[in-house]
Amino acid sequence: MAEPDPLTPPSDSLIADEAMALGEALPVVSALGVDETFYEKADNRWLEMWRSMVANKAALVSMFFIVFLAIVAIVGPYVTPYNPIETNMSNALKAPSAAHWFGTDQLGMDVFSRVVVGTRVSLTVGLLAVSIALTIGIALGAVSGYAGGRTDTIVMRLMDMMLAVPSILLAITLMAALGKGIDKAVVAIGLVSIPEYARLVRGQILSIKQNDYVAAARLAGNSDFRIIFRHVLPVAMSVIIVRATLGISAAILDTAALGFLGMGVQPPQAEWGDMLGRARGFIFQAPHTLLFPGLAITLTVLAFNLVGDGMRDALDPKSRIR
Amino acid sequence: MAERRHDLAEEPAVKRGEPGVLLEVKGLSTDFVMNRGTVHAAIDVSFSVREGEVLAIVGESGSGKSVTSLSVMRLLQRPGRVIAGEVLFRGRDLLELPEKEMRAIRGDQMSMIFQEPMTSLNPVFTIENQLVESIRTHMKLDRKAAFERAVRMLGLVGIPSPEKRLKDYPHQMSGGMRQRVMTAMALSCRPQLLIADEPTTALDVTIQAQILSLIGHLREKIGMAVLLITHDLGVVAETADRVVVMYCGRVVEEAASEELFDRPLHPYTLGLLRSIPSMEDTEDDEALYMVPGMVPNPLNLPAGCAFEDRCERRGARCTSEVPELYEAKGRKVRCFLYDPAGVEGLCA
Amino acid sequence: MTEPLLSIRHLSKHFPVDTDLLGRTTSVLKAVDDLSLDIYPGETFGLVGESGCGKTTVGKMLVNLYRPTSGEILYGGRDLAKLTTSERRAYHREIQLIFQDPYSSLNPRMTVGDIVSEPIRVNRLLPPDKVDDRVSYLLNCVGLSANCKNRYAHEFSGGQRQRIGIARALAMEPKLIVCDEPVSALDVSIQAQVLNLLSDLSDQFGLTYLFIAHGLNVVKHVSDRVGVMYLGRLVEVAEKRELYRNPVHPYTKALLSAIPVTNPAHRRERILLEGTVASPIDPPPGCRFCSRCYAKPEGAGGCDSEMPELVEVSPGHFVSCHLFAAEEGDQEMRALHEEAR
Repeated sequence: MAEPDPLTPPSDSLIADEAMALGEALPVVSALGVDETFYEKADNRWLEMWRSMVANKAALVSMFFIVFLAIVAIVGPYVTPYNPIETNMSNALKAPSAAHWFGTDQLGMDVFSRVVVGTRVSLTVGLLAVSIALTIGIALGAVSGYAGGRTDTIVMRLMDMMLAVPSILLAITLMAALGKGIDKAVVAIGLVSIPEYARLVRGQILSIKQNDYVAAARLAGNSDFRIIFRHVLPVAMSVIIVRATLGISAAILDTAALGFLGMGVQPPQAEWGDMLGRARGFIFQAPHTLLFPGLAITLTVLAFNLVGDGMRDALDPKSRIR
Repeated sequence: MAERRHDLAEEPAVKRGEPGVLLEVKGLSTDFVMNRGTVHAAIDVSFSVREGEVLAIVGESGSGKSVTSLSVMRLLQRPGRVIAGEVLFRGRDLLELPEKEMRAIRGDQMSMIFQEPMTSLNPVFTIENQLVESIRTHMKLDRKAAFERAVRMLGLVGIPSPEKRLKDYPHQMSGGMRQRVMTAMALSCRPQLLIADEPTTALDVTIQAQILSLIGHLREKIGMAVLLITHDLGVVAETADRVVVMYCGRVVEEAASEELFDRPLHPYTLGLLRSIPSMEDTEDDEALYMVPGMVPNPLNLPAGCAFEDRCERRGARCTSEVPELYEAKGRKVRCFLYDPAGVEGLCA
Repeated sequence: MTEPLLSIRHLSKHFPVDTDLLGRTTSVLKAVDDLSLDIYPGETFGLVGESGCGKTTVGKMLVNLYRPTSGEILYGGRDLAKLTTSERRAYHREIQLIFQDPYSSLNPRMTVGDIVSEPIRVNRLLPPDKVDDRVSYLLNCVGLSANCKNRYAHEFSGGQRQRIGIARALAMEPKLIVCDEPVSALDVSIQAQVLNLLSDLSDQFGLTYLFIAHGLNVVKHVSDRVGVMYLGRLVEVAEKRELYRNPVHPYTKALLSAIPVTNPAHRRERILLEGTVASPIDPPPGCRFCSRCYAKPEGAGGCDSEMPELVEVSPGHFVSCHLFAAEEGDQEMRALHEEAR
């Protein structure tokens, strides 16, 4: 046995309340709940989420791709090799070459330039449409979930009715009423995606409302408005943001669909879906006229989906176990 | 009653362990590997359950008591993993059995009652479906015999008009009823060992009294051994023969129930016993005794005794060295106060 | 005797369970049924009962999280329902709640400082520059250091979280705190810490507690008087020592005997209840405990048809049981009860 240490009473010992006074963060861990406790202990949820995203290769690559798209959307129109709306019939339907990287379309316009310029349209439409849907959806969902009762019934039945009609059909109907144009397309796509967000927010609020801290906020004398915005919505925010990210890709797809049907951007403005729609007659003669805008849509939508999935996985503690 | 089908004596497996010992856990260690580090949920846990005995494992949250029981049953889920040790059930190491054989043992020779009866019963099947099915698979009885047995078991656990209740779905029963159904299911195959993990924590005290007296009754009747996992010292005092106290993944004290409550040796056990509000008829208004401080972070256990910073009798040695489980007067205790080499280095 | 701080008179809370096609209620859950009790300044009143007996509902009605179906809550002699809006706000300040679950009662997105200071800021109890000092003081009162303020609740253990919840309740400068099973989610060694803290705070701030618990053992330590509830009804009320020495209601006796104790010398003979628990949904007439009662007379007498009244059996000791009916003609019943004893 080792020689015992000299008798030194632990003078700097901490008694109960002093130890607590130091505010030591020591979780009490139940045997089975071991993992949850540790996820809760993350210093910063967003930082933790970032770490988890970085570990997810697909999401990371997609994130870089989205950043790249954003840069293209901002500076693209100033650096295109050709004027994207300049026609040159003598040079129509040319295959990709050194001069025209993505070839030219049926009107002799440079496809590369048009795809680059189209990025701005697609991203803007995606973001704006989702913002409209989010703002109205959160308001409706929050009121509906928090108030409950008759308000809830009326709002949710209305949402159910909207969901019963295929969204693209509803958007087309709205466009028919509003008229053609990209601005109208944004409004139409935004409006038809409201129910999704309203339902999501309502569901979140219904479950968050059960927490005792919401009751505690009422006891503290908070108004209902303040309780929703300060105690309920912030907790639901992470889930909502994830859904919104996925929503952007849906909005981009919807824009492309409307463009394909010729109801979005009006020519000669460049928009991916519109490019597809106008080139579809030349699919066998000049497949590149469809390939590149189609690829742009696919990759963009895929990137947003992968980032959205990555965020969702990052927020779900169970999937974070390695 | 039907003969036991799994006669382990006939198994060719190497037999180890003492006679009369049903379950022997030796040096069991279980880790939870997580992003932020590894939690040693059970560290070198050893104990044994003799035939017909009730052994209680007591501890607070984070003590590793449930992890130990799940490791024994091999029901541990990711990220938990047994990294060392043996679990000898009648001399066979359960940790090395193929999953198929383990499944045969679970619910047959060994069964388990969980804390939350609602999640342990399948909500889409009637009680009859689940209970009769379990009896049929484990006892190889025909449907009629299994049904009769199910009825008898439900009657035995004190469920009125069992034929009628067999047609019920779990959600149609109260918590106490479901716990009894779970108990009936666990006991229907006459296990030699019942592992009860907080069997009464979710129940009201009056129902708890009923379930405990039922387990005690059945134990006498069919001679099964019970491994009782609980945080409630009162329950332990009233049901257990021997007690293992756990703290931060380690066994800190083991003793016969009466001795433990009569004279706890480990400072933690002592503190725990003293902090229970007494039911004595005293003229008290003095403050309750408190164990100071709190359980250390399991991700970052102290190098020495885990109880050191809450202990009133700690010494210099306690901060640097983990005490062994010393034998003292036929009992086991993990504290330097009982180091046969002497108590130097400790300030009392 | 002093005036009660709070009086509850014939309080009921019924939740509709089922409605017919026209939206009329066809089936009700009687969570609390005709409950009356007084709480005096400075005392701790323990309210005990098993799950589903309505004790938490009583607490929530006191802090206005639920609105009573009928009955009165008199605070300082005035009926809560008849108060003006501003009076009601003052009332709310004076009655606070400590929650059972230390995990769901603190907002995960707020720092401890925000949680504790919110009641002060929302109600403008102090000028903004004084708030911070007050929060530090309150945290110190509950045994936490002031530098916890910038940390989030999830960084703390269950016991510490419960302390934060207590600090938040104290921030409103309450007179009465409803403690809804404040220690039942905590480990035994931590329970003692929180119970002692509560009793220190009551001395320091002159608080009155309504202490709700499911077992008689915790209440035994903290209470001055104890009320026992069973399925929405108050079945027995007495001064603490009297109740533990002389329980008279059959249910109270069973409850006391069911507590597992570590010291064999204090073990009571266990009363095992038979029969099923009656449902609080559309409860039958008569005593709610009738289906499990072991002391009811042969043929059940009036037990299954008539609700017993709360009667005083000795000074300050009330019980609701037909064995102790008020009428003089019930000597027979009493004799039966003596036998049952």
